[in-house]
Amino acid sequence: MAHDLPERDLAAAAAASDPLVQVRHLGVGFRLDRDTVFEAVKDVSFDIPRNATVALVGESGSGKSVTSLAILGLLPPENARIDPRSEIVYAGRDLTRLPRKALAQLRGADISMIFQEPMTSLNPVFTVGFQIEEVLKLHRDMTGRAARKRAIEVLAEVGIPEPERRIDYFPSQMSGGQQQRVMIAMAIACEPKLLIADEPTTALDVTIQKQILDLIAALQKKHAMSVLFITHDLAVVGEIADHVIVMRNGEIREAGSAAAVFGAPRDAYTRALLQCRPSLDCRPERLPVIDDFLGREGPASVDIPERARGVAPDDAIVLSVRNLSKSFHSRQGLFGRREFQAVRNVSFDLRRGKTLGLVGESGSGKTTVGMTLMRLHEATSGQALFDGHDILALSPKAFLPYKRRIQIVFQNPYASLNPRFIVGQILTEPMDIHGIGASAQERADMAFELLAKVGLPEASFYKYPHEFSGGQRQRIAIARCLTLKPDILICDESVSALDVSVQAQVLNLLQDLQAEFDLSYIFISHDLAVVKYIADEVMVMSEGEIVEIASSDEIYRAPREAYTQRLLASIPRGWQATRRTKPAPDE
Amino acid sequence: MNDTGTHSLIRPALAPRAVAHTVSPGLWVLAWRRLRRDRLAMVSLAIVLAFIAMMILSGLGLIARDWTREVGVNYAPPTFVGPDATEAAPAPAATAPGPAAAAPPPVTGDWEAEVVDPIGDVIAELRGAPKPDSGNTATPPAAAAAPGQDDTGFVDPLADVMREIEAARRGAKSPPPPPGGTGAAAVDPLADVMRDIEAERGAAAAEHGSTRRATLPFGADKWGRDVIAKTIKGSETSIFVGIAAAFVATLIGTVLGAFAGYYGRWVDDALNWFYSIFSSIPYLLLILAVAAVLQHKGTMTIVLILGLTGWTGVFRLIRAEYLKHKGREYVQAADAIGASNARRMYRHIFPNVSHVVLVQLSILVVAFIKSEVILSFLGFGVPVDVVSWGSMLNEAQNELLLGKWWQLVAAGVSMALLVTAFSLFTDALRDALDPKLRGSEGS
Repeated sequence: MAHDLPERDLAAAAAASDPLVQVRHLGVGFRLDRDTVFEAVKDVSFDIPRNATVALVGESGSGKSVTSLAILGLLPPENARIDPRSEIVYAGRDLTRLPRKALAQLRGADISMIFQEPMTSLNPVFTVGFQIEEVLKLHRDMTGRAARKRAIEVLAEVGIPEPERRIDYFPSQMSGGQQQRVMIAMAIACEPKLLIADEPTTALDVTIQKQILDLIAALQKKHAMSVLFITHDLAVVGEIADHVIVMRNGEIREAGSAAAVFGAPRDAYTRALLQCRPSLDCRPERLPVIDDFLGREGPASVDIPERARGVAPDDAIVLSVRNLSKSFHSRQGLFGRREFQAVRNVSFDLRRGKTLGLVGESGSGKTTVGMTLMRLHEATSGQALFDGHDILALSPKAFLPYKRRIQIVFQNPYASLNPRFIVGQILTEPMDIHGIGASAQERADMAFELLAKVGLPEASFYKYPHEFSGGQRQRIAIARCLTLKPDILICDESVSALDVSVQAQVLNLLQDLQAEFDLSYIFISHDLAVVKYIADEVMVMSEGEIVEIASSDEIYRAPREAYTQRLLASIPRGWQATRRTKPAPDE
Repeated sequence: MNDTGTHSLIRPALAPRAVAHTVSPGLWVLAWRRLRRDRLAMVSLAIVLAFIAMMILSGLGLIARDWTREVGVNYAPPTFVGPDATEAAPAPAATAPGPAAAAPPPVTGDWEAEVVDPIGDVIAELRGAPKPDSGNTATPPAAAAAPGQDDTGFVDPLADVMREIEAARRGAKSPPPPPGGTGAAAVDPLADVMRDIEAERGAAAAEHGSTRRATLPFGADKWGRDVIAKTIKGSETSIFVGIAAAFVATLIGTVLGAFAGYYGRWVDDALNWFYSIFSSIPYLLLILAVAAVLQHKGTMTIVLILGLTGWTGVFRLIRAEYLKHKGREYVQAADAIGASNARRMYRHIFPNVSHVVLVQLSILVVAFIKSEVILSFLGFGVPVDVVSWGSMLNEAQNELLLGKWWQLVAAGVSMALLVTAFSLFTDALRDALDPKLRGSEGS
């Protein structure tokens, strides 16, 4: 799906004269308390040109979603305060001063929105056809046959196969990617002038993400509509956007055409965002973090040495997994049982001090492998030899000493720490259970040491998890694992929920700790770039089976299996990659 | 693997580094701060605490201990209403001490005037005289002594007999017998007994006469007991039953719910089966059944009845909470560090559902106070010698026909006040504790 550069420039030129939406001095505050107001968006001004894609990029808390909600008039009226100076001009009308009823008329018809989670944005008790027809009924006065015909039309347009049949499906009968297509169909059913897409691909697998991005780009062109694309992922933006606006802490850091922002970023923060994300091309010893850029002027030093990754045949094997299988049973009907094989015959070796990356799409069984090795799920069959013992066959009591030596860091740092424990309790509890340290005093001292090791101040000991940011919480979770001095650390999507800059910090921390304690990691992730960066060996899984195992350099350079090739081709490559792979003919 | 509490974990660590580190406020502190900002909640809390303080004081016997004393006249109206118009007459008599000092009251046909002693009526009727207008029973002899009374005698066939009897009584009462009465006194075989009875009644009347008052601050009941003291005593019973039963029910519901939700599988099946049976029997029948099994009527019986029948709601809620939390990552993380089942259930999950338990407890207290009132009103509740708001309301329904509203109002208003305050406080408590409003977690 090619964007030809001249076309982009033309679009930009035409748009500058008469933008579709003008946002001026937008300020939004949220009342947290009787007398504290959190300024989510501060004096933000930008244009959305006609027939163009504008990307609003920022990390969590940057105010990008709030900005889009303000355009739609969907801010919660009970605590949101819009600055009286704000103006959002659409078709000669200021949306911030429009009565709610008039706004409701615009929403869905002229301006529509796609949300992040298709699973929760569709109503599960109505068929998808009914939900699309409802939009048409509300805004186009279409009923019955006409509405149904139009619904089938848009479903076909978003690439749902056999739309005549699928129109009567319930959302649960469709896959995540198809649900997102249905959401898009609903959004474009009334041919809106502006489509707001709030992280539309974040919850999707990388191959599906690619399809959805292509679809949005095609629809934008076909209907000559404008798209406001909100995302945290600059690589995705590079694929799709004409204009890029980078936000941080409610302010615009940089705005300009995609070529300008990606080619020659003026703002230090934009540069940091571009560099923090591990790329497929190089593997610096340490990932740069935002502070590297904001602390000083000019680009960060580019001569960070590359880290060599890979395994040697004489590396000691610390864990050897043989023919691991796990199936889940679900009840079906009154007596029936259905068996679902999540993991089939998986065998691999983990070497001391090395990282094994586990990649796959959702449902590939990669998380189940980790959970089974921790015995958070019991394996159906297979062996896992650790220290000469099959840890899967030990009784729970006999397993306890081994449990200590295999630890896990979960995906969501907001959910994996007990909200009622202070950090000190979180860190001392594992030592308490396993009898590490002679006294409470000694354990507390060790906890302080570990806090320092993961880069948190001593005062953190006395705080509750909710007082920390996502990245800090993930550090606490890592520190909790380290209290037990494990040999193996399983990282189950441990950096996936984090912002790019924080992700870089945590990845650096993991690498430092690996070097210091000679840890072996099983690094489970759907993010191929991150796995490429941190893993020595990569194991690709699909539908519970191993597709391919190879050293990470090898697998990314010359993937053997077709599935791996397809997976790698789906990775968004960002602006520069687009330019390189698709050179414009008349550049 | 001893379960060291929060403080023992923190204190030793504080010693060497206790410079500027303070422990962050926990859930309860934050909730309390939020609650304190809610003015309505604080007013409600003050009312609830006042009631509970009253309950404790009354339970310790510091106030309303002698609520059974009949300090007023029967159905004495509240002071602010003033003595009842129809009872205006007896008031001076009641305040005047002793029968001897009582002047013979004027003979009137006032039948509406209440006479305390039913025997007094009988005697008066036996005499064929109009009922003496007196609140105190010790005066009939004086009334009968009026000579003008005798002219009714000619239509009375028993007049002679009566005269003899009265003469005998007068002779017995006053040591110097009137002339002509001596013979009669000599022939009366019951004179001695009568004298004893009269003496006793005279003494009782003397005692009453000195303390019984025509009006009380909020009136008196049928027996002349102070309604305020009675209400305080009734509050003690009702609040105690409500709180104690709520604790029993919450304890049962929480423990069973935790087991069902945490262990799942057959434990859950068995407990759900048990729960279904309990909730399929009509509530009142269940209460009657438990009452029949316990074979004893008392305050603790009511507590047990309500506690044993009221746990089902808590069970269902706590079970759902445990089901939800069991799958949370922090519990899996606890499993990963080797925490035992008991530790995960009580150290990890329980603090995260404790706010639900507290709110349930608070809701149940209100519900059980009302249940106790209904049960006692229906007569299944507290025994006769114990007073509760329910038994007061039960008495009041008859009194209301006579226009004696104060007992109803006293019990009704105090119950309404407490229940409303408690409910408002519960709502505010739930808002203050609701983790969803805290934003930082839950997603």
